[in-house]
Amino acid sequence: MNIAIASGKGGTGKTTVAVNLAYFLATSGQSVQYLDCDVEEPNGHLFLKPRIESQISATVMVPKIIEEKCTFCGECSAKCQYNALVSLPKISPLVFPGLCHGCGLCIHVCPEDAIAEDKREIGRIEEGRGVQNIAFVHGILNVGEAMAVPLIRQVRARGGDAWVHIIDAPPGTACPLVASIGDVDIVVMVTEPTPFGLHDLSIAVAVAEKLDIPLGLVINRERNGFLPLENYIREHRLEVLARIPEDRRIAERYSEGEIIVEALPEYKALFQDLARAIGEAFGKAVIGGIA
Amino acid sequence: MNKIREVVVVSGKGGTGKTSVVGALVSLLTNRVAADCDVDAANLHMILNPVILEEKEFIGGKKAIIDPLKCTGCGTCREVCRFGAISEEYAVNHRSCEGCGACYVLCPAGAVDFPSSLAGSCYICRDKDGGPFVYAELLPGEENSGKLVAMVRNEARVLAEQNSIPLIVIDGPPGIGCPVISSMTGTHVAVVVTEPTISGLHDLERIIDLARFFECKTGVIVNKSDVNPEYCKRIEDYCLTKGSTFLGAIPYEPKITEAQIQATTILDSAPDSEASEVIRMIHKKLVEIVEEL
Repeated sequence: MNIAIASGKGGTGKTTVAVNLAYFLATSGQSVQYLDCDVEEPNGHLFLKPRIESQISATVMVPKIIEEKCTFCGECSAKCQYNALVSLPKISPLVFPGLCHGCGLCIHVCPEDAIAEDKREIGRIEEGRGVQNIAFVHGILNVGEAMAVPLIRQVRARGGDAWVHIIDAPPGTACPLVASIGDVDIVVMVTEPTPFGLHDLSIAVAVAEKLDIPLGLVINRERNGFLPLENYIREHRLEVLARIPEDRRIAERYSEGEIIVEALPEYKALFQDLARAIGEAFGKAVIGGIA
Repeated sequence: MNKIREVVVVSGKGGTGKTSVVGALVSLLTNRVAADCDVDAANLHMILNPVILEEKEFIGGKKAIIDPLKCTGCGTCREVCRFGAISEEYAVNHRSCEGCGACYVLCPAGAVDFPSSLAGSCYICRDKDGGPFVYAELLPGEENSGKLVAMVRNEARVLAEQNSIPLIVIDGPPGIGCPVISSMTGTHVAVVVTEPTISGLHDLERIIDLARFFECKTGVIVNKSDVNPEYCKRIEDYCLTKGSTFLGAIPYEPKITEAQIQATTILDSAPDSEASEVIRMIHKKLVEIVEEL
């Protein structure tokens, strides 16, 4: 079962929910894998503290011009959708690896067979075991690298045989979110009761609806209730899976990289209810299932 | 006229209070253009209350569509697509389609259409103080956010040139990927708003490295600084080692959320609060940095 934790707006508590849910499930005897798809700024490891057992380079393919064969015909750059190749009159085309999506079209259209391929590193993927024996995977995008989506897809592809996969999605509502939550069984949207939180939630919910993925909400840092959010929830018939109160102790424990259900055991019941609510929304038990 | 200076405000980690800080700084800065480049979760317009003067369409990348009447089922498209976007029934899954055009170019039957479509809108505005303001909204789940960021920045530069305005302040997206790179490239100063947490520091290090890559001057603001004073100090020390200017520490202020609900800034809703005091001081330091450029 793939459970994605997403938000739209950043900093609403996505990682807090993801690591605590993973931790709670693991302490309940469930086999859990945590996949951190926030490859631009991965933070899950700061809380789950995995011992990294393997590290691999994440690569994409880029064209390599075989200069002896190139006749400067310009076909490759004319067909490239990403402006990753620029043709020049009497020398072979310039390749801009940072713009290349690795589609390979240039190789097919070159009439002289003058394009081969190289691998280009965009980041790395690390795997290991964290606290409570949680299987852990994260992608770390190289600084200066724009292409997050291929790395996210490669992290998703590391999903193993654990009964529950917790996918920590990146903030935002564009293609990295789609790559992270595409094909999951349920997406848990973590929001905060503020105008910014609601605005970005509504876009993220539109993405999940467009992808036809079941979703539920977690409202974090709840204070007195925020009427526009409650109205939105009612109008869109969304299900609230959990409400986490504003509690300065949570912020303080989080700041030190601590797991809330461990540091503040009174929140264990909240995550237990969340796990149950996710199971009910999905129609399949989150706890007690066997891989 | 003098060269236009661009200041981008980023955070690495999301939700550190970037937009609230930008909203307050923009209201203190006179003679500036404001631009919201967080195009897939734009929020700055919610406190700048702009009047939209002009709306421009953003046409995104192309997506393949296979015409079942022309398709002969030869399988070429499925062979050449590296993104697994074409089903056994020869339907294109738009979630996976990267818009590379391989199937379109290589289909022997000419059965693939490759149209571009509307992917968002860009708004040229005047904010509540009369200042020029540009923001954009990417349609949910769309690609090419970096290109829409470039469009926002171009429109902001046009406004700056037309009105002889020397400064553009950019509210950037979280992260360090495509839209952040597009927001930061060619700017002069990157201001990072972070928080005193283990994640805030971790993400700060990556965004500062990115800013150095672009040779931007960097300044750092710690928001909600009293949540963990020790981490706040660590961030201050980190700035010293990296040659970043520590611009200030804003204490946690519940009225910032209230200001947001009232669609205003903390400077208006609680002008005497310590947070407002610190923001006014940050503004002074920022003006000095820009003037020294």
